[in-house]
Amino acid sequence: MNISDIKHWLKKNLFSNWYYSLISLFIFYLLLITLPPFLDWALIKATFIGNSKTDCQPGGACWVFIKVWFEKLIYGFYPEKEIWRVNLAFLILISTVTLAFFVKSKFKIYILFFLIFIFPLIGFTLINGGFGLERVETRVWGGLTLTFILTFFGIIVAFPLGVLLALGRRSELPIFRFFSILFIEFWRGIPLLTVIFAAAIMFPIFLPANSNVDKLLRVAIGISIFEATYVAEVVRGGLQSLPKGQYEAAKSLGMGYWKMNFLIILPQAIKTVIPGITNTFIALFKDTPLIILVGLLEILGMINLAKSNSYWLGLATEGYVFVAIIFFVFSFSLSKYTQSLEKKYNTEKH
Amino acid sequence: MFLTSQFKTSLRKNLQLSKLLPQLLLIILFCYIIYFFTKNTQINLAARNLNFGFDFLNTNSGFDVQFSLIQYDGSSSYFRSYLVGLLNTLLVSFFGIIFATILGFIVGISRLSPNWIVNKLSLIYVELFRNLPLLLQIFFWYFVVIRSLPSTEKSMVILDFLIINLQGFYIPKFIFSNFIYIFYGLFLALLATIAVKYYATKVFYESGKIIPVFKIFLLLIIVLPIIFSFIGDVSLLVEYPKLVKNFGIFNYVGGVKLVPEFLALLFSLSLYTSAFIAENVRAGILAISKGQKEASKSLGFNNPQTLKLIVIPQALRVIIPPTTNQYLNLTKNSSLAAAIGYPDLAGVFAGTALSQTGKAIEIIFMVMMTYLTMSLIISSILNWYNKKIAIVER
Repeated sequence: MNISDIKHWLKKNLFSNWYYSLISLFIFYLLLITLPPFLDWALIKATFIGNSKTDCQPGGACWVFIKVWFEKLIYGFYPEKEIWRVNLAFLILISTVTLAFFVKSKFKIYILFFLIFIFPLIGFTLINGGFGLERVETRVWGGLTLTFILTFFGIIVAFPLGVLLALGRRSELPIFRFFSILFIEFWRGIPLLTVIFAAAIMFPIFLPANSNVDKLLRVAIGISIFEATYVAEVVRGGLQSLPKGQYEAAKSLGMGYWKMNFLIILPQAIKTVIPGITNTFIALFKDTPLIILVGLLEILGMINLAKSNSYWLGLATEGYVFVAIIFFVFSFSLSKYTQSLEKKYNTEKH
Repeated sequence: MFLTSQFKTSLRKNLQLSKLLPQLLLIILFCYIIYFFTKNTQINLAARNLNFGFDFLNTNSGFDVQFSLIQYDGSSSYFRSYLVGLLNTLLVSFFGIIFATILGFIVGISRLSPNWIVNKLSLIYVELFRNLPLLLQIFFWYFVVIRSLPSTEKSMVILDFLIINLQGFYIPKFIFSNFIYIFYGLFLALLATIAVKYYATKVFYESGKIIPVFKIFLLLIIVLPIIFSFIGDVSLLVEYPKLVKNFGIFNYVGGVKLVPEFLALLFSLSLYTSAFIAENVRAGILAISKGQKEASKSLGFNNPQTLKLIVIPQALRVIIPPTTNQYLNLTKNSSLAAAIGYPDLAGVFAGTALSQTGKAIEIIFMVMMTYLTMSLIISSILNWYNKKIAIVER
């Protein structure tokens, strides 16, 4: 690339006419007055080494805060000597998911089966205890671990439930259709926060007095059902996009309702709406912080707790920037991955 | 005759046992769940010496809220606290929708700008705001941005109109007398516009002449209220916020005070939703093929006409449905106000009132139904609109 190329690029992309030039210069000015002070604060004047707030230099970010609280932010109040169990559970999850990228598509179905039916049991036993492992109550679960647990739980419950609701909404049987529509429209019409309030405060009144359903479980089920109705609407879109001939062909082969749906209709319908489903799950991931309002502390809740600790006052910015980076990395990369999937399927269609 | 036979077949079809049985089972299951919950509720409420009912709505609430559009204090009833919450929800949603729409359109159009830096900056804007949890954004505005504002003595004063400090924003209060006359003017302007529109359509079909209805509408909506305000002797009093020292503490008195909770919620909701609206706008504009513009040009339309008659109507058809969904989301997301103590429906009624009365079922039911009603109203308007603008195919 030589000077004239650069000149040409600049002229074409930044200074093609007088008002674009003006806008470009104005934006450069804005960036010039905002970016350097931010970088100065976040990196140059920032303190990374130390163990307390007094180690931090004034004028810069105090990343020591994150360093000291790191374990709490990730694991919540999970007992320190049991943390290996959480790590092991997530190691299994990550390695299975990674494995799925490398094996042949024939084996992918087994990996999916493992993730949906077997892994939840393993993960739950590891994190909750049982089978010789010491029991860890859910009220000490927290931090990023809790965010992931909720998201994972939400996905494996919301997806099948959403598919069933979508089938129900398009069913020939009027009662099923009616209940599905009522259910979906009700849950989609109310905010998630009221669902969480209802699960935490109102729902225990509905249950027998001696039953003691865990608050976290109630909230997790509430969130999952809420997201399931969004999945249902996305899947319904996929079902509607299928030509009628697919149904007729399946029926003419003598297939029954379930066989037709699971072998012919759903695989095609779901394939077309994978981006929409992933977006719903990204939304679920981003919605998990709402559980703060009923006293469950996932990573944002832990930051709120840490920043109001009397030794660490005034460090809200560092905390929120850290949480922002974590959420951004996960949801941005997931949405980019979805977009690449979308493109892949588009080229297949032609 | 034909109808009855068709009815009979469909009845017979639906009466098949394999279809009837699962439906019957579903109804039985549903009834059982209702019975199970009701029975448990009765037992639990009896054990706690509570009873189900909405009588508490008339009793005194005994708490005060810091931000209310209607007169409210401790002696007001719980029902009034519900109204306070509802109005605050509507207030923040209304302004949130306006700001989100404006920002969303600006950013969405910028996303298609040939200027590289405008393009990339709006891309960063969209990705940043829609990939961060809304609650995090609310906390950031509330605990970081607004907390870093100057104290009352060192307030930022912008043109005497906007005063910014830690306590919130202060803007002048406009006090009208005989305000109703302006409404008369607006109403008449609307009526006149409808008449003009009717006349313009008639003229257009008869002679092909185009009457600029929109320009006439703009003229009417500005001029008529002004004329009426002279007729009705409308006077405007502007009350500026003033700095007052009371017991050694500086404070602004007068004007309208926008509390930090409201501002944090408004900013975060607007920015978050605008990122989604921007994507809708971009998709809507991209959805119009180049051929449409070329066809319009070849028919002899000039640029503004092409934009107004060809591009915008088609783009709006794509933009409006998902954007209305975003408005709905914004309204529902405003319930996150409870996290920073803005007294909206979720904050003041499902929060303070619930913890005081313990009427969990009644209050959560009321709050859910309120949001549900809002959602249903908005989505039925959307459905009506969709039907109206749907492409009529041959």
